[in-house]
Amino acid sequence: MKSLDALFKADATALSLRQKRLEILGSNIANAATPHFKARDIDFESAYKSAMNSGELTKTASAHIDVGGTADSAEVRYRVPLSPSLDGNTVELHVEQVQFAENATHYEATLSFLNGRINTMRKALKGE
Amino acid sequence: MANKLTIFDVAGRSMAAQQVRLNTVASNLANAASVSGSPDTVYRPIKPVFETQYHDVMEKTGIATVDVASISQSDAPPEKRYQPNHPLADKDGYIFAPPIDQNAEMVDMLETSRQYQNNIEVLSTAKTLLLKTLNVGK
Repeated sequence: MKSLDALFKADATALSLRQKRLEILGSNIANAATPHFKARDIDFESAYKSAMNSGELTKTASAHIDVGGTADSAEVRYRVPLSPSLDGNTVELHVEQVQFAENATHYEATLSFLNGRINTMRKALKGE
Repeated sequence: MANKLTIFDVAGRSMAAQQVRLNTVASNLANAASVSGSPDTVYRPIKPVFETQYHDVMEKTGIATVDVASISQSDAPPEKRYQPNHPLADKDGYIFAPPIDQNAEMVDMLETSRQYQNNIEVLSTAKTLLLKTLNVGK
């Protein structure tokens, strides 16, 4: 099972981070008109690296399952606005929309990588 | 897992808040011409006050939605017009019109509509991605 985990860990980590970023950017867009709201984001690259390098937990019982990289450890940071608004809100819709679209595209790309891996494994199993 | 705030809650509640904002714009525009014979009974423009929800967990998760905290009534003075022939005019011949800036209300309406659309976009993107994720490996 260890090798299967290693095979899917990269995609699983990327997907959960992309999902988290989707939620954060969605929150920013939802709060585009809320006074004093500060836009947030995560740095995908560094979050991905730290999640992939997170140490493995020692298993002390046979029922314990492997943990993959965790998206919860990703550091949420504040976005620096290009032009701050008077009401203290730092959401800039155009920025958020571009980031959201970019993130959604990357999510889909990761999904297709994952599908490719699964299909490769399946072909190997079937011996086609 | 049961009480976890999802992106669907975030966008849904934001849309509900924008809907309230649209309602207040509609009320203000509808009452733009409701004159009164006394400054105390004249219509006062209303505006929703938006407030971020779940900011207590936001530091960790980055997820937050928005709710309408309250609806505030403007205390701008009503416009005083001298129209002695008006049936509602007071003894000095004045009527009072609500202090509504129709252009500002229209701008507010457009902004609300844009933000509502953005939330729908977030919702449909999240839904598409989720459905695609369900089909992984098929």
